[in-house]
Amino acid sequence: MTTEIESPLSEGVTTRDRVTIRFAGDSGDGMQLTGTQFTRTTAVYGNDLATLPDYPAEIRAPTGSLPGVSGFQLSFSSNDIHTPGDNPDALVAMNPAALKTNLRDLIPGGLLVVDDGEFNSTNLRKAGYENNPLEDGSLSSYRLLRIDITKNNADALDGLDLGAKERFRSRNFYALGLVLWLFSRPMDTVVRWATEKFGRNPVVLEANLRALRAGNAFGETSELVHERYEVPPADVEPGIYRHISGNEATALGFVTASHLAGLPLFYASYPITPASDVLHELASFKRFGVKTMQAEDEISAVCAAIGASYAGQMALTGTSGPGLALKSEGLNLAVMAELPLVILNVQRAGPSTGMPTKTEQADLLQAMYGRNGDSPVAIIAPSTPGDCFWMAIEAFRIALKYMVPVIILSDGYLANGSQPWSIPKLAEIPPVLWRQADHETVSHAYERDPDTLARAWAIPGQAGFEHRVGGLEKSYETGDINYEPGNHHKMTLTRAERVARIADDVPDIEVVGPQEGDLLLLGWGGTYGSITSAGERARAEGKSVASAHIRHLNPFPSNLGEVLSRYDKVMIPELNNGQLSVLIRSQFLVDAIPFNKIAGQPFKITEILGKIDEILGLAGPYEFEF
Amino acid sequence: MTAANSNGVLDEEIPLLTRKDFVSDQEVRWCPGCGDYSILAQMQKTLPGLKIPREEIVFVSGIGCSSRFPYYVNTYGFHTIHGRAPAIATGLKTARPELTVFVITGDGDGLSIGGNHLMHLLRRNVDVTVVLFNNRIYGLTKGQYSPTSPIGKVTKSAPMGTTENPLDPIKLALAAGATFVARSVDRDTKHLEATLSTAAQHKGAAFVEVFQNCNIYNDGAFASFADKDVRQDRMVYLENGKPLRYGSNLEHGIRLNGFQPEVVESPTNDNELLVHDTNREDIALPMILSGMNYPDFPVPLGVFRQVERDTYDGLVAEQVGVARDSAEADLEALIAGPETWNVL
Repeated sequence: MTTEIESPLSEGVTTRDRVTIRFAGDSGDGMQLTGTQFTRTTAVYGNDLATLPDYPAEIRAPTGSLPGVSGFQLSFSSNDIHTPGDNPDALVAMNPAALKTNLRDLIPGGLLVVDDGEFNSTNLRKAGYENNPLEDGSLSSYRLLRIDITKNNADALDGLDLGAKERFRSRNFYALGLVLWLFSRPMDTVVRWATEKFGRNPVVLEANLRALRAGNAFGETSELVHERYEVPPADVEPGIYRHISGNEATALGFVTASHLAGLPLFYASYPITPASDVLHELASFKRFGVKTMQAEDEISAVCAAIGASYAGQMALTGTSGPGLALKSEGLNLAVMAELPLVILNVQRAGPSTGMPTKTEQADLLQAMYGRNGDSPVAIIAPSTPGDCFWMAIEAFRIALKYMVPVIILSDGYLANGSQPWSIPKLAEIPPVLWRQADHETVSHAYERDPDTLARAWAIPGQAGFEHRVGGLEKSYETGDINYEPGNHHKMTLTRAERVARIADDVPDIEVVGPQEGDLLLLGWGGTYGSITSAGERARAEGKSVASAHIRHLNPFPSNLGEVLSRYDKVMIPELNNGQLSVLIRSQFLVDAIPFNKIAGQPFKITEILGKIDEILGLAGPYEFEF
Repeated sequence: MTAANSNGVLDEEIPLLTRKDFVSDQEVRWCPGCGDYSILAQMQKTLPGLKIPREEIVFVSGIGCSSRFPYYVNTYGFHTIHGRAPAIATGLKTARPELTVFVITGDGDGLSIGGNHLMHLLRRNVDVTVVLFNNRIYGLTKGQYSPTSPIGKVTKSAPMGTTENPLDPIKLALAAGATFVARSVDRDTKHLEATLSTAAQHKGAAFVEVFQNCNIYNDGAFASFADKDVRQDRMVYLENGKPLRYGSNLEHGIRLNGFQPEVVESPTNDNELLVHDTNREDIALPMILSGMNYPDFPVPLGVFRQVERDTYDGLVAEQVGVARDSAEADLEALIAGPETWNVL
């Protein structure tokens, strides 16, 4: 449904232009749901926003323990914002462990809402508190709001046919109702969602709705709550908007690409965090002709996709870093057989299993070089959750036109993060073009287009194009097996040149800020928000700082070298140990300054600002405060 | 002559194909005397009988001597990577169920590096025909033992004999739920051609093990029971609904004593003999038969099991059809999502 946004201001509330909230609780407390529902309401309300879910890899770590804490942060604003905020203005802590792990991020004087009822001796011990922090004065620098959510919630559910355990589960709705009231948001979006979600289970629905309303009413009637806030809608480009996460946008982009190309989509994937949601989404798109396969392993997934590509369809596989490692050999087969293939890598913290639920962008060099032989592939990276939609389409545009594998480097931050997204008009998106072999233009399946160097895509079912492909080196002329030295040399250069020519289609990189000056911040992927915001703030402080963000990593935009030359210094903030830096230094001989954070968390704007001041000589060496 | 293609649509006139139509222009590069030549020849003889146009047939292979096979067949072909042919074939067949797909693999490719994919192709019942050339040795890498080499086998990588138990491909296929499981041998060309033809016409995953002699690294691995002069007495041909009889005059038979097969020398009549039944849902009988090895028993050749079940590629296509029939494919609505707001 579509909601019209009207002037929201009402009396008796403090108006703020930006608020950052974090919900934190045990991983069984439903904090992701609370955060997501608050976000949806806020998006529909008309704020610009950005979110950062942060949850443990364990589905249910021991209840009340520190590793079991799950968090969801969102920042919403009346202005255009790029990040989920550095430090929350308000923290909702559902138990002592959540308080302990999150309190250090809350701003001084911030609003702290706790479930008083959960601060019992057992939970305090599990969280490692010797004294109850609610009682010992240690929270005096915050605006502490102690509410026995557990008891109030249970009271609200009195008379329902539910056990104590089930009642306890509605606490997150109680908290949600309270926070909606605190930030002057209506409940109707949540009520509609819950009615759909729990409609088949009337008792649970009733419990959740009662809890929601009770929390809301508590805010309104309790003498405890003295302050309310309002963040008016943002002044954004007119249009129809929706709320979208990176993984949702990615899946929608793929099905849209299939529509634009007029070819069926085949997606093979092995479940892996944080990419699995793309499989779940695409599996529900069967009515659009999408076929999905949950493969027996990562290798099978890439190979099944290659089979679909050979069959003439839009072949896609998705994974995260450890899976990309397993797909290397298959990917190389697609390079050698010159087949179009898209590989989505939703990066997570590595190496090895690493930190599955934490974000990182440390697979760039794996994507670039992680195969045997000289094996170039195209690499692109979305910069925001909404951009995942466009880069999914872009990946297929490149793959089908140049008959190459394309790796999309998304990441956990983009995948699970969300933002309001201006819904594109399908009719305005250019078609995705591909060229099937036909007897009028080519005589065999290895004849190349002189412009793109792409071979003809001859598919089974086409009479007269019966041919054999494989992983062995082939003759440049015929595609038959060929081990001659000159031919291998020529084929290797051809594979490289074909990828290099993709640059003809890559738009120039755009600079935000001064077109020349002291410092350029150069980034790629999910760090767009932090880097852009840091550039904006630095300029607001009068510094000569620009920012530019790379969406095409191989090949780079043609003007990149020229752009780099216009700044005295280039700083490359990355959530890895310096991977784009390696590529930029080697390709452009630029003495780029790496700024690397490898913490499983996105950059805070202040961190980048600290490094900027160091580079500009305005402050000493920057050190992270983890 | 007309022929229906695999999706049941009558094609316009297509010429009757012959063996020669399936011979590619590539020079065959197997060692002279290799059993692979026979398998290639029988396959090329089998293909015209399927009455499927060349361009609708795809041969997919992995790595190894056997996997060079697609180069020599004049259809579409994909010589892929080690062990992965079943996965690639699964994607290919699922994307385009109307195609006829063969997987060519060997004991190393299919059972060692690619064992996982083979197992899953069989359990999913993807409608492809898998031909596994079992020579019980690694040929292309020049003579290491394979997962089907008998324990104690002396090879370059096991100078004192292997210390590994071998895997029985038939047992693996049966346990994985394959709906068609058969065995043949390179030297019995008639049986091989018939077996390949039956397998190719099976709807579902068809698995055929072919005993194949590697005359360079494992010459005579099957000679003791598969050579022409001893074959009648040391192998038993499985035929559905018929008692198990073997010998040059079919004078011997096999009976079951509990779960134990027994050789019956010159049985007086068929009543006491085990009657083969390929169509049983349970795999007890073919499992017992697969345990019969020379010299204690004649080695079974033929179809161990053939049952009907929905295919993976068929079910996937069916779900897409059901989804299309039950809901409108409105992409604009999908992109817009469940909740939108209008900024004026």
